[in-house]
Amino acid sequence: MEIFNHNANVNFLGMRKFSVGIAILLVLASIALIAVKGLNYGLDFTGGVSLVVDYQNPVTTAEVQGALDKGGIEHSLVASLGGTREVSVRFQPTAAMKDEAGKINLDKVAEVTTAVLKAGRADVSIKSRDYVSSTVGDELRSDGILAAVVVVLGIGLYLGIRFEWRFAVAAIVTELHDALITVGVFALVQREFDLTVLASVLAVIGYSINDKVVVFDRVRELFRLARKAEPEEILNRSINNTLSRTIITALFTAITMAALYFIGGPVVHGFAITMLIGILVGTLSSIFVASPILLWLGVSKQDLMPKTRENPELARRP
Amino acid sequence: MSDFPRWKYALVAIVLVLGIVYALPNVFLPVPAVQITANRNGTVDPALEQKVVDALKQQNIANTGIEIENDHLLASFANADVQKSAADAIKAAVGDDYTVAFNLKSTVPGWLSAIGAKPMPLGLDLQGGVHFLMQVDQSDVIDKQETRYADDIRSLLREKNIRYESVVRNAQRGQGISVVLKSAEDRTAAANAIAAEYPDLVSQDGSATGDRFVLNAVVRPDKLRDLSLNTIRQNLGTLRNRINQLGVSEPIIQQQGDSRIVVELAGVQDTAEAKKLIGATATLEYRAGYGSPQDAADAQRTGIIPPDARLYRERGTNRPILLSKQIIVTGDQLTNANSTTDQQTGRPAVSIELNSAGAKRMLDFTTNNVGKYMGVVYVERVVDTKTVDGKEVRTPKITEEVISYAQIQGVFGKQFQTTGMSSPKEASDLALLLRGGSLAAPVDIVEERVIGPSLGQDNIQKGMRAVMIGLALVLLAAALYYKLFGLVADVALFFNLVILVAVMSAIGVTLTMPGIAGIVLTLGMAIDANVLICERIREELRNGSTPHAAIRAGYDKAWATILDANVTHLIAALALTTMGSGPIKGFGVTLLIGILTSMFTSVTVTHAITALIHGHRKLKTLSV
Repeated sequence: MEIFNHNANVNFLGMRKFSVGIAILLVLASIALIAVKGLNYGLDFTGGVSLVVDYQNPVTTAEVQGALDKGGIEHSLVASLGGTREVSVRFQPTAAMKDEAGKINLDKVAEVTTAVLKAGRADVSIKSRDYVSSTVGDELRSDGILAAVVVVLGIGLYLGIRFEWRFAVAAIVTELHDALITVGVFALVQREFDLTVLASVLAVIGYSINDKVVVFDRVRELFRLARKAEPEEILNRSINNTLSRTIITALFTAITMAALYFIGGPVVHGFAITMLIGILVGTLSSIFVASPILLWLGVSKQDLMPKTRENPELARRP
Repeated sequence: MSDFPRWKYALVAIVLVLGIVYALPNVFLPVPAVQITANRNGTVDPALEQKVVDALKQQNIANTGIEIENDHLLASFANADVQKSAADAIKAAVGDDYTVAFNLKSTVPGWLSAIGAKPMPLGLDLQGGVHFLMQVDQSDVIDKQETRYADDIRSLLREKNIRYESVVRNAQRGQGISVVLKSAEDRTAAANAIAAEYPDLVSQDGSATGDRFVLNAVVRPDKLRDLSLNTIRQNLGTLRNRINQLGVSEPIIQQQGDSRIVVELAGVQDTAEAKKLIGATATLEYRAGYGSPQDAADAQRTGIIPPDARLYRERGTNRPILLSKQIIVTGDQLTNANSTTDQQTGRPAVSIELNSAGAKRMLDFTTNNVGKYMGVVYVERVVDTKTVDGKEVRTPKITEEVISYAQIQGVFGKQFQTTGMSSPKEASDLALLLRGGSLAAPVDIVEERVIGPSLGQDNIQKGMRAVMIGLALVLLAAALYYKLFGLVADVALFFNLVILVAVMSAIGVTLTMPGIAGIVLTLGMAIDANVLICERIREELRNGSTPHAAIRAGYDKAWATILDANVTHLIAALALTTMGSGPIKGFGVTLLIGILTSMFTSVTVTHAITALIHGHRKLKTLSV
């Protein structure tokens, strides 16, 4: 079975001004969204208390929210965990939930919250409870940023050694594009951004770099083989040659992530949805964004030929 | 003809067999069990076994096996409900001398366990339980050290007849001690004396105005680092001891970062009990020995204890020991305890340091008591809070044990050694206990999670189903799109899952929900290498290569790409494993192992199968 016409030679580079223009717009929009709307940080990052609450009969989030407001637990976030009987509730603990020393007591939290919710509906029970202090959250955030920086630099270094600096730069720029847009979507829809989502953003970076390297590898190969190398033509051929692989791999990975989303339960929703967004963005950027950057950076056949040891300077000259 | 070397076939075969064997234990699900361990006064023996059997028979509770394993008795049951009622029955029968706890009994066949094959431990999110993250307050340790050095310097200066105006801790923690002297000569003398006596202090001249000559003494940074490391280690040790009393099976108590400790107790739902133990405080008391061992035994037998003595028991051996009521030194006067080897005999020993007040008392005591015995009592206080008639009633529960009982060999003060330990481990255990009763730094709970058991059950079911359906869908899609080569890739993908599980089990990676997500993602991305190979082979065929040449060129050319793509991916996974704790780490580790196993299965395994199928035949077409 084949879906793609293997003789296809779409001029992807021809539309580079248009495609990169859109990419820049999307990145700017994402930055604006993250700056203005901000991310709906999860418990892991903000600190506070989070409970999973079970009802015997169907319940709406508005109903739960109403009960909490009435009971004096303010600024709570109530979210459905799939189905109509289970919700997650997140809030900053009130004074009644602390012990004499002013420290949060999770047993008291459960007690107070159960009482408040029972006042609304009697068929409620608490399934799990979490407490995270805000210092832990702050540390995690800075750890996460550090990990992302390490990933980007590490990949850049490897590509710089195995390929050439232009490839490293193109890959890093496209990586940032993918990560920013993925996070931007989270800012747009205000989905909870927790530790698992952060991990999956890093996994998106991993997936997307994988994708770019396949195209870059073909670029290198074609440059080395070609007698007369027009960069634009080589890049176009590389994208076209790897196109079916790019899309089939994206589809296969997306299939598993969709299975995870629909079957894996609420715990992995955030992870699966981030990966799905990331796979889409990463695939598009492999086709439309990475290669134009490479072209603008001035990639050429000479830079990719295996260098002679005696005098690399001489060998570089035409 | 085949270009696939024979040794590679052998390698593939061996890895596949090992993979299956080491993944196998995960198929044998553990059964609910009740674990009975002896406390101080109990022993695990056939008599206990009989007692348990009788208790169960009386209540008509059916068990699926009772046996003694090492130091505990394990009785297994058909399901969790039976387990619960059985635990209640056993608890009533065996009384306070034993700890009765829920556990799981492994059903893995003996031959698998014998070769080290074990199932993956499940994370809390998959089996329910409590998770604590605790912050150890290091500042308290620094406070104690600086206060102690200030005291020590004062007595040192007095001893050396150096006149000083004041010796005080600097206002800011960690800034050391400021000593004010009357003259420049005194200052030099003081600096020399401090340097000679306390190598862990660095002294530096401060300002000099009129007759105020300031000398600043700061604790060496590496000494402080050592101290905080010790604090954590000691806290870990005390926590481990205390949590063992809870009777939780396989608790996880680990250091995280410089100052944090993670405690995970599977199956526990009531955090109150756990927190009570964690918050317990311990102290030490050095007491003079009293009478002979025979006196102690008599006192225990008759219950008549001499009026100025107290009867204790030794930790571990349960031997009765009589000690004087008078306390020589207490834990807060002990500044350090480390395990070492005795310089003279080469035997394991514990070296102990006291502050100046303690040193003086110890010196006075030992001067008059050489040859007599001295004992160290470890006192632990756990505050039990109960609500009686709507009022909170706090009752402290005190446990006192002798952790060391030794003869005084000579006169000593500030620094001395305890010998007589049979192994270095015993020495380090004693050092840990001594520190646990003295240097204990307060701990704060900064993170707490309670995961209900039904939620864990739910998670594991959904996670497993997601893995299976995700796998099935990819298998189907690959077979449809790449026909025979797709089927070969499918076989490899299946083995990838097997080997991934085998490696995770063998190195003991805890399976968590993010880990399961990592497995699913790995399955989706592992097929990428086969897509690359298949697409290459198709290309080669289109370019007019013969089928055999197409296979060879396909694998060769795709390999370079696969390597580059996977190494970059590996870098990303590596960063994930270094990040924080729990969820992200589990995911990163799974991804990391998955990338490595998939490189083997998607390239080497598929190549072997392809070579087997196509190897010796003349081919006109390829099913790709």
